[in-house]
Amino acid sequence: MQASDRFNINSQLEHLQAKYVGTGHADINRFEWAVNIQRDSYASYIGHYPLLSYFSIAQNESIGRQRYTFMQKMLLPCGLPPEREEE
Amino acid sequence: MLVTVPGGADGPSGVLVCAENFVIYKNQGHPDVRAVIPRRADLPAERGVLIVSAAMHKTKNLKPEEFKLFFLLQTEYGDIFKVTLTDGGGDRVSELNIKYFDTIAVAVSICVLKSGFLFAASEFGNHALYQFKGIGDDDNDVVASSASLMETEEGFQPVFFLPRRLKNLVRIDPVESLMSIMDMKVSNLFEEETPQIFTLCGRGPRSSLRIMRTGLAVSEMAVSKLPGIPSAVWTVKKNVMDEFDSYIVVSFTNATLVLSIGETVEEVSNSGFLDTAPSLAVSLIGDDSIMQVHPNGIRHIREDGRTNEWQTSGKRTIAKVGSNRLQVVIALNGGELVYFEVDVTGQLMEVEKHEMSGDVACLDIAPVPKGRLRSRFLAVGSYDNTIRILSLDPDDCMQTLSIQSLSSAPESLLFLEVQASVGGEDGADHPASLFLSAGLQSGVLSRTVVDTVTGLLSDARSRFLGLKAPKLFPIILGRKCAMLCLSSRPWLGYIHQGHFLLTPLSYETLEYAASFSSDQCLEGVVSVSGEALRIFTVERLGETFNQTVIPLRYTPRKLVLQPKRKLLVVIESDQGALTAKEREAARKECFEAAQTGENATGSEDQMENDGEDEDQGDSLSDEHYGYPKSESDKWVSCIRVLDPRTGNTTCLLELQENEAAFSICTVNFHDKEYGTLLAVGTAKGLQFTPKRSLTVGFIHIYRFLDDGRSLELLHKTQVEGVPLALCQFQGRLLAGIGPVLRLYDLGKRRLLRKCENKSFPISIVSIHAYRDRIYVGDIQESFHYCKYRRDENQLYIFADDSVPRWLTASYHIDFDTMAGADKFGNIFFARLPQDVSDEVEEDPTSGKIKWEQGKLNGALNKVEEIVQFHVGDVITSLQKAALVPGGGECIVYGTVMGCVGALHAFTSRDDVDFFSHLEMHMRQDNPPLCGRDHMAYRSAYFPVKDVLDGDLCEQFPTLPMDLQRKIADELDRTPGEILKKLEELRNKII
Repeated sequence: MQASDRFNINSQLEHLQAKYVGTGHADINRFEWAVNIQRDSYASYIGHYPLLSYFSIAQNESIGRQRYTFMQKMLLPCGLPPEREEE
Repeated sequence: MLVTVPGGADGPSGVLVCAENFVIYKNQGHPDVRAVIPRRADLPAERGVLIVSAAMHKTKNLKPEEFKLFFLLQTEYGDIFKVTLTDGGGDRVSELNIKYFDTIAVAVSICVLKSGFLFAASEFGNHALYQFKGIGDDDNDVVASSASLMETEEGFQPVFFLPRRLKNLVRIDPVESLMSIMDMKVSNLFEEETPQIFTLCGRGPRSSLRIMRTGLAVSEMAVSKLPGIPSAVWTVKKNVMDEFDSYIVVSFTNATLVLSIGETVEEVSNSGFLDTAPSLAVSLIGDDSIMQVHPNGIRHIREDGRTNEWQTSGKRTIAKVGSNRLQVVIALNGGELVYFEVDVTGQLMEVEKHEMSGDVACLDIAPVPKGRLRSRFLAVGSYDNTIRILSLDPDDCMQTLSIQSLSSAPESLLFLEVQASVGGEDGADHPASLFLSAGLQSGVLSRTVVDTVTGLLSDARSRFLGLKAPKLFPIILGRKCAMLCLSSRPWLGYIHQGHFLLTPLSYETLEYAASFSSDQCLEGVVSVSGEALRIFTVERLGETFNQTVIPLRYTPRKLVLQPKRKLLVVIESDQGALTAKEREAARKECFEAAQTGENATGSEDQMENDGEDEDQGDSLSDEHYGYPKSESDKWVSCIRVLDPRTGNTTCLLELQENEAAFSICTVNFHDKEYGTLLAVGTAKGLQFTPKRSLTVGFIHIYRFLDDGRSLELLHKTQVEGVPLALCQFQGRLLAGIGPVLRLYDLGKRRLLRKCENKSFPISIVSIHAYRDRIYVGDIQESFHYCKYRRDENQLYIFADDSVPRWLTASYHIDFDTMAGADKFGNIFFARLPQDVSDEVEEDPTSGKIKWEQGKLNGALNKVEEIVQFHVGDVITSLQKAALVPGGGECIVYGTVMGCVGALHAFTSRDDVDFFSHLEMHMRQDNPPLCGRDHMAYRSAYFPVKDVLDGDLCEQFPTLPMDLQRKIADELDRTPGEILKKLEELRNKII
C-alpha cells in the first residue's frame, strides 16, 4: 500500500465519521459501540414502516405509540453511560 | 408530534406540541399554553394518551373570540379531538380548548378536504371517507381547557369522557385494505374454477377473515324467472337519441318475448315484433327503427309502427347475423352472405350477395366510424378454422382483405373499437384502434389488431378462458365499449387506465348477455342463464380480487383448513385486552355511571344516544371504538371453527385465565381411535418486557365433534415454553417449544414425550415434515434440516443455513428446498445441494456419526441460497398454489402491509434472457422518482439472485413511446411483442 492510499483512506474515514455518527473509530469504547448499534436498530425499525407495523401488532399498540416508544428508547438505549475512569 | 399553527392573517403562528397526555401551544416569546387531553373513562391509570395523527382546517364558523381555524387531533385509541385557540389580542393565545369530537378507527394520517370531507388512512384495515355533519359545536361534549387546568399533588387533574356514536361525521365510503395479513391459505374449498385465497387480516377488533376470489365483484340488480329456457337476450332503444333502452327482447327456441322497460319491466304485445318465431338478432337500425332477424327473414319495424318484411327464398334459413347501426349482413345455411345497407330514407336495401365456400360459423361488422356512412370491415369465421376480413366498400365489395388461421373453429366474433385518448380522464394515452376478438371452440379467446385502413390482422394474442367456447358481447362500461365473454364463467374485457384488462367476473355461468341501461341502472348487463333473466352491474373496475369479509373477535394468528369438511379453524389472541365477559361487565358499569352523571346535568339527548349504543351489539361498536385497554400482561384468546361458505362460526372456545393460543395444527395419531385431532399450542401469562417470560405453556388436544363443527378438549399437556410451532410427523406430533424440538405421542391423559433435541439456537417458529426429513425454522437462525431415526429414536440436525435469517414465514417446496421470508422483507429459497442430499440419504448412519463429531456448534452440511429477493415488506405467509387453471404453480405470499404477491418460475431459458434484459433496460431508462437505485434496493440485505422484478417490467407500457421503441430495438423486438410477452406472463399467474 502506498502512502498516498493510506492518507486517502484516512481522509475518507474522517469524512464518513463527520457524516455518520455511527461509523466508529479506533478509540471507541464498548458502551458507545453498543449505543450506536441500538440506535441504528431503532432508527431502522422506525424507518421501515412494515417493521414498525409488525412490532405494533406483536405489542398490540398503535403504530404511533410504537414509534414514540422506540424514539424514547433511542435516548438511552443502554442505560446511563459508565463513569469515566480518571487518568 | 408537532402541528404547525399558521401565522399571518390566518392565525397566531407557532406550534402545537402533542406530548403524552398534553397539548401545549408554543411560540417564540410566548408563554406556554397547556391543556390536558381528555381520557377515556375506562383507560387503566398506567396508560397515557398519545396523539397519532392531526389535521388543520380553517373556517369562519367559530366563536368570535377564537382564531378562525381548528385542529383535529386523533389519539392512539381512535378518539378525535377538536382543538381551538382563543384570541387574546395581538397574536397572543389566551386559551387552548380540547373538545371531544368523534371516534373513528385509528388512522395513520387524517386529512380534511375543502369540500367538507375527512379522509382517514387507517393503520390497520379499511380506510374511510367521512363527511362532516357538524364541527363539534355541541356544548354537551367534554372540553378540556388550558384555563381550567388544575394542578394537584399527583400532577395535573385529568378530564374524563366516554366515547359515543358518531355525531359530527358520517361514513361515506371505505377503501378496502388487507393490512395486516397474519396468515393466508390458498385452497379451492368451494370447488370453483379457481382457488380462493383465505386471509386473516387486521388486528384486534378490526380483524377479519377475508375470502378472496380472482375477478370482479358483481352486484345483482334483479333476477326473474322466465317461462321456459331462453336462448338469447337483447336490449334495444327506440331512437338513437334515447338515453335508455326501451325493450328487452328474449328469444326462446320457438318464440320471442318482448319486455318493455319503464318503472318496472313488463311484457308487451303491441311492439310490432314477430313473437311466434325465435329471433337471431334484434337491434336499432338507422335512426329510429328496429330490426328483428328471425330464421325466415328480416322484420324491419319503423317508428310509426309500419313493418317491412324481407323473406328468404326457398328453404334456406338465416343462420348468422352481423349488424351495426347502418349495415346488416346475414349468412344463410350453406354459406351464402347477403349484405344490406340502410339508405337515406331509412329503408333497408339489399346490396350484394356472396357465396362462401362453406357454412359460416360466425360473423360481425365493425362499428360505423364517426362521420362515415359505413364500416369497411366484415369478419367471417368459418369451420375451416379461419377468419376472413371482407370489405364492404362499394368498389371492392366482398373482397377478402385478410385471412387469419386459428387453432380451432371460431364460435363468436366481435369488433371492439377503442377511441383515441390523450391524457383523458383516466390519464391514459393511446391511439384509436380496432380489435377483433374471436371466441374459439377450444375455449380460447384470440384477440388481434385490425389495421383501420387495409384491414390486415396483426399482433394476435390468445388466452384460455374456460371449457366452453366463449361468446362475445359488446357492453358499455364507464361510457366506453367493453366486451363480455361468456365461457364456463363470464369474463370482462375492458380498458382501464390505458391497459386492456381481461378479468373474470365472480358470477354464475351465463348463456347470453346484452348491455342494459335504464333509469335505475345506468350501465348494467342483462343476461340469461338457465330459466332466469338476470340484470347486474359491475363495479370497482380495475380490481383483481373481490372479497367476502367475515369479522373476527381478536387478532387472528393462524389458520388451518379442513378440506374434507370444508371448515376453517382460526386461533385469535390479543395482548392487553379484556375478555368478552369482562368487557360486557365494564361496559355496563360505564353506562350506569354515565347515566347517573347525565341525569345530574340533565342532558337527555346524550342518554338516548347511549341507549342506542347499547342496543347496537358488540361487533360494530368495537370495530369502531376499539377494545378497552387493560394491563399489558393480560391476554385474551379464542379458538374458532368457521364455515366459510355461510360465514357462520360453528364453535367458539374462549381460553381462560390469561392463556393465549399461538400455534395450531391438525394431527392424525397412530391409533386411529379419534381420527383427526386438533393440536393448539398456548402460553399462559406471556410477557415481552423486560424479558420474555411466561408462567407456563400448554399443548391442548381437541377432538372434532358433530362432523367437525365443534370441538371438545381431550387433554392439556404442560410444557416449559411457548409452543410456537406444531406439526404432524409419522403419526405423532412434533412441537417446537423454545429451542427444543420434541416428538409427542398421544396418551390417555396427556401427551407422551418420545424424543427431543435441545440444540436449536433460539426459538423454533416453524416445522415442516416430509418423509423422514423435518425442516425446522428458527426465529433468528434460518432453517435446520433434521432427520428422525426410528430405530435409535433420535432426532438430529444434519444441515443448517450459514446466514442468520429472522424467519417470519416458511414453506416446504421439495425434498431439498425450503422457501422462507425474513423480518427485514427478504424472500429466499434454501436448497440442500444435490450431492450432499444424496450422501445423506445413502449413508447408512445418515450422517449421524459425522453429526456427533460436530464442530463449532453448527451442523455438518450447509444449505445454499438459490433465490434471493428483497420484497420490502414483511412477508407473513407463503404458499405454493396455481391461481389460474393450467397456469402452473407459483409461490403466493402475503405481507404485513396487506399485499398479496406471487413468484412465478420461468420454464425456459429464452424467457429468462428476455426478461432479464428488459429489467436491465428498465433499470437504466426508468429510474424511480425518489432516485434510489433499483438493483441496490432489491439487494438491500442480500444481493438479489435469480429473481426478476415483474412490477418493474410491467411499467414498460407507461414509458413514452420513443423510449419503448428504443428499448424494444435493443431487444430486437417490437414494443408490441414486449407487451404481448408481459401479458402472457401475467396470464400465467392470474
